[in-house]
Amino acid sequence: MAAKISYADVEVGTELPAQSFPVTRATLVRYAGASGDFNPIHWNEKFATEVGLPNVIAHGMFTMAEAIRVVTDWVGDPAAVVEYGVRFTKPVIVPNDDKGALIEVSAKVAVLLEDNRVRVDLTAMSAGQKVLGMSRAVVQLA
Amino acid sequence: MALDQSFVGRAYPPTAPYEVGREKIREFAEAVGDTNPAYTDPEAAKALGHSDVIAPPTFVFAITFKAAGQVIEDPQLGLDYSRVVHGDQKFTYKRPVRAGDRLSVTSTIEAVKSMAGNDILDIRGDVHDESGEHVVTAWTKLVARAAEEA
Repeated sequence: MAAKISYADVEVGTELPAQSFPVTRATLVRYAGASGDFNPIHWNEKFATEVGLPNVIAHGMFTMAEAIRVVTDWVGDPAAVVEYGVRFTKPVIVPNDDKGALIEVSAKVAVLLEDNRVRVDLTAMSAGQKVLGMSRAVVQLA
Repeated sequence: MALDQSFVGRAYPPTAPYEVGREKIREFAEAVGDTNPAYTDPEAAKALGHSDVIAPPTFVFAITFKAAGQVIEDPQLGLDYSRVVHGDQKFTYKRPVRAGDRLSVTSTIEAVKSMAGNDILDIRGDVHDESGEHVVTAWTKLVARAAEEA
């Protein structure tokens, strides 16, 4: 484990570099294949609307995977993430056009813990809606 | 129909080992657009102190959720999967998942609740490697939405 961020260099409120992640229908098909989650609500608009969704939605686990990149890119070694949890509050709706959707993720240090660990709180937004709640990671810093 | 509370605490047999492959990790990292070299370059992973490429933090969900299928499809439990949405997800890591791991999952039902007609199921998946060492634990909250009035 080799975090490039030192515990001594952060404080409560330290902001991590924010990132935006585009997601199109092609992204979802690719993620379905890689993750093995072939639920048709993530690629079949007819099916999605029949079960009451406004359109095809992104896999919650896709959004969760993107959000933690803000932490792993910051800390360098992904193994520094020792705990990570989210609540799926709203779906990321992905229209069938060349733009798709955008997931905007920001994060900041919320709590300084023992053993050079910090709790980072993440915010993930799409189309003005908060798509993850209680999104928190515990990170082992150097 | 409310789920049977007596299922709380029930543990299912460990799954057959899932062998984590370098190319599967690469495929997953590419699918989420993550170019961190620790996922694809064994030398970069070694420079960070890992014996081989490691998997992104949420990679293991594919393994634990498949294992949770034993719970979801348990006819005695009777969950209506067509109405299920993913509520919460959490992982705690003892160490990162890495290429070459042979991982086995033990799924346990931690909680069964009924709220406003919704069935809520908390499943814990404890992931161990071939030597029996704990690697990661995944908590998955599933919500089966109440059936609409006929």
